[in-house]
Amino acid sequence: MTEYKPAYPGTVTRYVVVESYTVTPADVAIRAYEVAKGVMIKENCFGLIVMGKEEDVDRVIAEVRKMDPTHIFVKDRGFPPGDARRCRATLGGARPGFHGIEFEMGILPYISNGLEKTENLDLSAVPAPAPAAPERRLDVYTLKKMIDAQEP
Amino acid sequence: MAKVFIYPATSLILSDMVTRFGHKPLGSAIAIRERVQTPGLESPPLQITPEEPKKGLAWAAVEVPAGVRGRMSLYGPMVEECDAAIIINNADLAFGCMGCARTNELVKFLLRQKEMPRLELEYPKNEAEGVQFVAAIKKFLTEIGGKK
Repeated sequence: MTEYKPAYPGTVTRYVVVESYTVTPADVAIRAYEVAKGVMIKENCFGLIVMGKEEDVDRVIAEVRKMDPTHIFVKDRGFPPGDARRCRATLGGARPGFHGIEFEMGILPYISNGLEKTENLDLSAVPAPAPAAPERRLDVYTLKKMIDAQEP
Repeated sequence: MAKVFIYPATSLILSDMVTRFGHKPLGSAIAIRERVQTPGLESPPLQITPEEPKKGLAWAAVEVPAGVRGRMSLYGPMVEECDAAIIINNADLAFGCMGCARTNELVKFLLRQKEMPRLELEYPKNEAEGVQFVAAIKKFLTEIGGKK
């Protein structure tokens, strides 16, 4: 067993996901570099990875969010940027966890629209989301009928 | 500021909205970061050691597979710590192996057992549902003491 020493103890890492039609990840990266002050920033295809002390990371994120508040989303990440255990440069293929972001990227336009519409809206006037339809399972009696209906 | 457990625990949308409305999201990244930043013995890729399934015994019985108990050592403390929870049901995103599936069931069960504010909903499939989804979360987070 090898001794493990964490690379960046006491830091936080956050994803900034850009799903905007006016701002690109490159624009956000330039703005983030302008206010970085010791925060590590990595640009990627869907946004940025920002790592540093929590208050610094929050400051940078608050600043870049101003560019398009309803189209820039933020999420925590466990690993630092470029970590060999997670980075696709060393692993090959999509990074574990990318598929989750990819799935939610398809829903983000609805969320952005929802954030814009509910900004100055009386929330009590909005109906609650409809509960999911109950799962329809094949009950044993129907199955028996189907078996009995089979031609010999 | 309340600690809000999010399910799926890796959800970008929930993590963002909980932060946006002034609370702290509790998800997988928080638990993984804690392990990744703790010195010890190297156990890549997630720094999950043989100790974790033992810790998981607090939430799952000994006959439950070690994979579920190991995962519960990540989620269990957060379920106990949280003040509220938002659950998205039928999330394709939460799909995984049997270890993940059983852990997900157990996490949802524990969240539903705990007496605390809880919001359950589904991912929106169109713009109208998107507005209802955001409004429901915003209202829920405001009621537990977040930003307006």
